[in-house]
Amino acid sequence: MAPRRPRRAGFLAPALWIPAGIALALLALPLVALVVRAPWADLPQLLARGEVLQALALSLGTAAIATAVSLALGVPLALVLARSAEWSAVPRRLLRALVTVPLVLPPVVGGVALLLLLGRRGLVGERLDAWFGITIPFTTTAVVIAQVFVAMPFLVLAVEGAVRASDRRFEIAAATLGASRWTVFRRITLPLVAPGVSAGALLCFTRALGEFGATITFAGSFPGVTQTLPIATYLELQRDPDAAIALSLVLMIVSVAVLVSLRDRWVPGLTS
Amino acid sequence: MTGPGDATGLSAATGPGGSTGLTAAFTARRGAFTLDLALDVRPGRTLALLGPNGSGKSTTIGCLAGTIAIDAGAISVAGRVLDDDATHVEVADRRIGVVFQDYLLFPHLTVRDNVAFGPRAMGLGRAGSRDVADDLLRRFGVHDLADRRPAQLSGGQAQRVALARALAVSPDVLLLDEPLSALDVEVRDDVREELASHLEAFDGITIVVTHSLEDVVALARDVVVLERGAVTQSAPVRELVRSPATPYVERLVASWSDD
Repeated sequence: MAPRRPRRAGFLAPALWIPAGIALALLALPLVALVVRAPWADLPQLLARGEVLQALALSLGTAAIATAVSLALGVPLALVLARSAEWSAVPRRLLRALVTVPLVLPPVVGGVALLLLLGRRGLVGERLDAWFGITIPFTTTAVVIAQVFVAMPFLVLAVEGAVRASDRRFEIAAATLGASRWTVFRRITLPLVAPGVSAGALLCFTRALGEFGATITFAGSFPGVTQTLPIATYLELQRDPDAAIALSLVLMIVSVAVLVSLRDRWVPGLTS
Repeated sequence: MTGPGDATGLSAATGPGGSTGLTAAFTARRGAFTLDLALDVRPGRTLALLGPNGSGKSTTIGCLAGTIAIDAGAISVAGRVLDDDATHVEVADRRIGVVFQDYLLFPHLTVRDNVAFGPRAMGLGRAGSRDVADDLLRRFGVHDLADRRPAQLSGGQAQRVALARALAVSPDVLLLDEPLSALDVEVRDDVREELASHLEAFDGITIVVTHSLEDVVALARDVVVLERGAVTQSAPVRELVRSPATPYVERLVASWSDD
């Protein structure tokens, strides 16, 4: 007698295979086209060009700084967000909405909003300009701020998930041993959520690296100052499509590398 | 049935009002549940807090350890007020050690670093803390496990490490929350015996919270019975066994003497 195959997934109507296949094709085929049409022979020479290296260096640098800033500010925010479960409904929901809005906001809108806050005529920017002579828009600092705005929520939500999943009683155990709140945070809370923090940092870095809309709106596109890899890619597409493809390939490889390194870490939905 | 008032009466008979021991007489409300407790433990003594599930044992531990604020009354240890109307000493400053039911050894630290955690947090240097930890681990016979992670320990080993960790900061009071319930039945008797000898050596105040009469008899001299948030009997263990005050204790004694 043939052993019966375990049927775990339940019923799947055959008609669903068709839209599912189209969906998969829609997701995968563009990447296939990118790989197939890449000018592999000219690649080393395309990528060695000065402005390409400049854009790559600027992108990696700003994304790294944006990730560092997001870690320094976002981890504490994630802890507050996790603790807000004990708050009353209104402040709790407000806080969560504020953290989540940048995730759903079109990045261009984020860029416009940043201009209205930090631009020369902006709410805060006007004072910065008048009092300290500081102008932020169209500088490398603006690139980093735009990236933080767009990418930090990914880190915050990843870390918050890790904090909520961790056992708070370890912190109480540490406190009964005489540990101050700061010691508890440094030696217990943080190490216990470290996998969530590194997963969040990687997601944040990738998102910052790919940032386009908020950056070009708030920081513009000055080569070497604000022209990051995605912006350079877009501009090259009109001048030199082969160079644009080469740059796209670089961005894709970095993203896939991040996905692979995340596979075994704590990220809901990414582990299989 | 005796009430909390009688428990206070007993404490007056057994100790000089808690000037050197632990004195707790308080009320704590958690939602619809109200805990009314009166305890008095002299230094060097072990008190058992016996009660069924839902009797308020966990709330008691929370109130004594300082994670739950009391609503009325006072808790003091060796004449030092930890809680009253005007005072609430933070968990980290209460000098009350806890051995948790599931031990809660820090999973990311080695056995040695778990035990050294308290001394280091208290300001002792890295080397000094390690020395304290090594001494304790040797005394508890688990020094060969010092470099392991908690996940690599058996239940009995984890309990010894948890006890060593709690004692590393020389607390005034040691709370043990269901110390044997996380262990397999086969090893429970051995570990209980061993635990009794370790508690014997500890000269501070010990409170063992349990629902098992075996634990009470083996580990404690005095016992307070807690049922539905109130003290129903407070007596030396021998007296409790001889004359149980409530059907709950009667049942426990009956099934215990059957064994």
